[in-house]
Amino acid sequence: MKWASVFAVCLFVCGSTYAATGKLLATPGVSQVEGSAGGGIVPWAQLAGYASEDEWSASGFCSRASLKDYQLDVCGVQANLFDRVELSFARQNFDVDALNLDIEQDIVGAKVRLYGDIVYSKYPQLSFGIQHKSLDDATVANLLGAEDDSGTDYYLAASKLHLGAVGGYNWFWNITMRHSRANQLGLLGYGGANDSTPWQLEASSAVFLSRHWAVGAEYRQKSNNLGLGESDWKDIFVAWIPNKSVSVTAAWLDLGKIAGQTSQTGWYLSVTGYF
Amino acid sequence: MKWLSLTAILLFLVACSASTPKTSLYVQIGGNIGAEKLVDAFIKQIGNDDVILPYFRESNVRHFREGFITHLCDTLDGPCDYEGDSMVQIHTGMAISESDFNRVVDLLINAMSEVGIAHSVQNQVLARLAPMRSEVIKL
Ligand code: HEM
Ligand code: HEM
Repeated sequence: MKWASVFAVCLFVCGSTYAATGKLLATPGVSQVEGSAGGGIVPWAQLAGYASEDEWSASGFCSRASLKDYQLDVCGVQANLFDRVELSFARQNFDVDALNLDIEQDIVGAKVRLYGDIVYSKYPQLSFGIQHKSLDDATVANLLGAEDDSGTDYYLAASKLHLGAVGGYNWFWNITMRHSRANQLGLLGYGGANDSTPWQLEASSAVFLSRHWAVGAEYRQKSNNLGLGESDWKDIFVAWIPNKSVSVTAAWLDLGKIAGQTSQTGWYLSVTGYF
Repeated sequence: MKWLSLTAILLFLVACSASTPKTSLYVQIGGNIGAEKLVDAFIKQIGNDDVILPYFRESNVRHFREGFITHLCDTLDGPCDYEGDSMVQIHTGMAISESDFNRVVDLLINAMSEVGIAHSVQNQVLARLAPMRSEVIKL
């Protein structure tokens, strides 16, 4: 993949130059599938990168989800301005094996930290974010009965890291409330004849087994606007954060039914580099 | 739900595998001797850090060592009463940034690892110190 190689080169070249390190290791989380800082599938309240309030940082990532009948590749970049604003751009490439078909989508995101710090504040860190998504080609979305080929999600996320809370281990949780009309992230368009509630709940939790390893699980509610039986998403993940320059996440996904195909389980691998 | 129960079991296992004894954190870091070893390692970490050392340019290392040991002992439920200046009084005028605060946390973690304090005890020590951040930074 062209993106992946550009990214790899950049990781190599930029990694050793400027890098903000003002946050504690692992506290920015990793990169979620729509380009925001988060887990694998859920955006978290933390902003991407290690910038604290008087620093900026940039980061980039590539992820691959390999399911029974589909493959999703995502690459993206993020900027963190003074731990207040996160800007992100991601490009998704959804590959339908059986139809030899590619669905591509761009996602522009912004997130603002409203309150707190996941480690130090008394109450959880709180952020508000938006993700504007647009499909390159709406053919499949139209065919399935979607109403639009672009849409804007917005969400409120709360996160907290509790030091030594679970038998001495650090425990993290995040809850996100999202407003979205997207069908399967928007890859199958937006809205439809079966329009259900646009509010969806997402949650993540993780335990840090050491400074460098975390294991956790995620859950993301989905709407069912197309009436194709869109399932809620789940994953369990393990993240490796060797230093403040890179993180690697592997997950086992259970995405249920996608466009009529059942039991979409599979592997997910993601690498984020921080500059 | 299968997933929730899996998570619950995982948390439960983690919680039990390290069931905390009733001994104070001070005892868990090795008491008096442990605290001295830790603070000496911490001072060495600071001494080798180009960003943090300048904060100590006008400090008396011995005074800092004694004060920090007593404060740590007090904070970790040891048999000491810290009667020195308050955190706010000490750190006022230093204008410590969020970033440098976390850098000092990293140095303390290095020091704790160096003297062999267990990961779970390290986290509990950090949990005691973290709430003092607002009395230390940006003053
Ligand atoms: C055990 C850890 C430490 C070691 C091994 C160490 C070592 C050194 C060394 C080799 C020098 C250079 C001496 C010279 O050039 O003449 C120095 C200078 C200095 N150190 Fe440390 N240091 C340590 C901890 C600290 C700490 C914790 C502080 C402050 C609280 C501190 C404050 C200073 C100062 C202010 C100087 C400059 C002295 C001067 O130029 O007059 N050091 N240290
Ligand atoms: C929760 C975090 C912290 C705690 C609990 C703490 C505690 C203390 C204590 C108890 C002392 C007094 C020692 C004495 O009696 O002389 C002290 C002194 C000092 N602290 Fe901190 N400290 C913290 C964070 C920091 C940070 C992040 C910095 C710098 C980046 C810093 C810089 C200093 C300096 C320079 C002194 C020496 C002051 C002097 O020479 O009078 N401290 N600290």
